[in-house]
Amino acid sequence: MASVSKAVDAIPGTYPFDGTLAQKGYALNKMCYSFNDAANRANFRRDEDAYCAKFGLNEEQRSAIRNRDMLALLAAGGNVYYLAKFAGIFGLGVQDIGAQQTGMSLAAFKAKLKAAGN
Amino acid sequence: MARIVGGICTSHIPAIGNAIARGLQDDPYWQPFFAGYPPVRDWLERVKPDVAVMVYNDHGLNFFLDKLPTFAVGAAPEYQNADEGWGLPTLAPYPGHPQLSWHVIESLVNDEFDITSCQEMFVDHAFTVPLALLWPGNRRPVKTVPVAVNTVQHPLPTPARCFKLGQALGRAIASYPEDLRVVVIGTGGLSHQLDGERAGFINKEFDLECLEKIVNDPQALTRYSIHDIVRLAGTQGVELIMWLVMRGALSARVNTLHRHYHIPVSNTAAGLLLLESAA
Repeated sequence: MASVSKAVDAIPGTYPFDGTLAQKGYALNKMCYSFNDAANRANFRRDEDAYCAKFGLNEEQRSAIRNRDMLALLAAGGNVYYLAKFAGIFGLGVQDIGAQQTGMSLAAFKAKLKAAGN
Repeated sequence: MARIVGGICTSHIPAIGNAIARGLQDDPYWQPFFAGYPPVRDWLERVKPDVAVMVYNDHGLNFFLDKLPTFAVGAAPEYQNADEGWGLPTLAPYPGHPQLSWHVIESLVNDEFDITSCQEMFVDHAFTVPLALLWPGNRRPVKTVPVAVNTVQHPLPTPARCFKLGQALGRAIASYPEDLRVVVIGTGGLSHQLDGERAGFINKEFDLECLEKIVNDPQALTRYSIHDIVRLAGTQGVELIMWLVMRGALSARVNTLHRHYHIPVSNTAAGLLLLESAA
């Protein structure tokens, strides 16, 4: 049987989180999953590098974490549901990260969403 | 015998939980969304279901990538909510119905759906927000049976498979010997995308097609692949598969008692449907 996941056309700006990304991003996502716990969020804030090291993040992942760069975090294997917990540490919601990923201001991103209803 | 009194599908956006916690129901941004819910609440007050079967997707509260079931059914006396990491208040636990849960698990496995059973299960916003919308005031008037469907990591179960799971769920509920009124609730959707350069994608035309087809021609939606739905409804718009599980549990013919659609809530097109099996 042909590979199911490779037989489909890519969707621009869209990265379905599959086995390849899940393997690549395992350490990163495991760290972000730990942010469900307030004590872990506090530990991360106290010493980000030490916290990343504890979970074994690679340099690509550490750099993306340092830069709070969502597209780089996705490329490094991050899954948006776990990354949302990382963004939450800085009080950033899905509209903030939407604006960042699309290169828009928050106001412009919100206006785009509202316009989708017209 | 247990009987399915109806089905509801509703969006479960976390921001709704925050709006409820902050009492923003009449705020100009929120009012057009919350205005959709009173008719469904009135119906629930009239029909008084005993149990809500909650078909939802966990977003990394209970399950991690170390062990990620495609379909999981809760079988606990109660379900705890917990901190998801981004500030939604933690709510009081929800009562379960372990006897019905085990009956559903046995029936589904016998029907060739290989279910992961969970005697402990944290329930996230996809479970709590719809219940808070449908039974406001932090009440717990129904017992619950959680049915979790993987939407975190591909491969996801196909729309066709999810519809069949719903049909098997319907048979499971109908064969439960005790007299129970059961409402099946599918949560999530409609179109939205949180990640990538296409973040903020909403497809009103496709959503309206789904709201129509899920009622009268759900088979048409089962012919889409997951990839089709990601393309048409966004990466998180795949939550439509929860609606298909709900729809599968109902009879072939249903009546629409209420329908509501509003863009946007946060990044999402919010949909609501109340369906009753036709005689």
